[in-house]
Amino acid sequence: MPRLSVWMVRAALLHLGFGFFLGGLILWQKGPGGIPGAWQWLPVHIHMVLMGWTVQLAFGVAYWILPRFAQREAEQGRVEQLRGREGLAWASFVLFNASTLTALAAPLGWAWALPISGILAALAGFAFVLHAWPRVKPFMA
Amino acid sequence: MPPLTRLFIKTGFVHFAVSLIVGALLLLNGPLDLPRWVSALRPVYYHLLMVGWVTQLIFGVIFWMFPKQTREQPRGNERLAWFTYYTLNAGLLLRFLFEPWQALAPNTVAAWALGAAALLQVAAGWSFIGASWARVKGK
Repeated sequence: MPRLSVWMVRAALLHLGFGFFLGGLILWQKGPGGIPGAWQWLPVHIHMVLMGWTVQLAFGVAYWILPRFAQREAEQGRVEQLRGREGLAWASFVLFNASTLTALAAPLGWAWALPISGILAALAGFAFVLHAWPRVKPFMA
Repeated sequence: MPPLTRLFIKTGFVHFAVSLIVGALLLLNGPLDLPRWVSALRPVYYHLLMVGWVTQLIFGVIFWMFPKQTREQPRGNERLAWFTYYTLNAGLLLRFLFEPWQALAPNTVAAWALGAAALLQVAAGWSFIGASWARVKGK
């Protein structure tokens, strides 16, 4: 597993843990109660489990297993690296996690937190699609 | 494919099928004016789909396909992974049964069943992290 995939998958697992924890708080509030602020965390819970966990895990695994380019293509300068434009994938990783960290400020009262978080997530998605698009090809084509 | 993966994926299929039925009921609720408990199924629908199906499928595939942890223990702490399977599905079953009930007629039994469901689901997520973390590694 390449280094970026390790980072992405581990970050996804951390989002799974935190996202499930927030979901647990909200469900507990629906039941026994006693956590009045739990509902404020609903948008963060959704963002953590959908984007931080599911999508980031898919990106990490895609970066690992999508077809790579042939060594000769890299030597001829037709692609930047064997996994193509790796910088875009790294940018996606940074933007994704900046997005989920920004969302954490929403329940604390910062009104712009969720819009900015959404923009960062969109940029992360675009960066990864740009990275992965040329790699969706037959093996060694 | 290891037995636990087969169980994760097949249980995921069951959740997927049930979520589709619940989703159809929710869509029919507008034009047909179905009983009140149908609209209380919305959070159950989201969680059957995203936790019971998507996350459970991912757990099964990760357990199967991720790099081997060691030669002696290729799939890491398998007991912990089995614990994930039981807690995830017990938690989902509890919320499937009691979340609509608590929404329509709040009562002590349903409330504490939801509390147990919350603890079980968090335990499932955290135990899966514990079972998988060391398998997320380079060559």
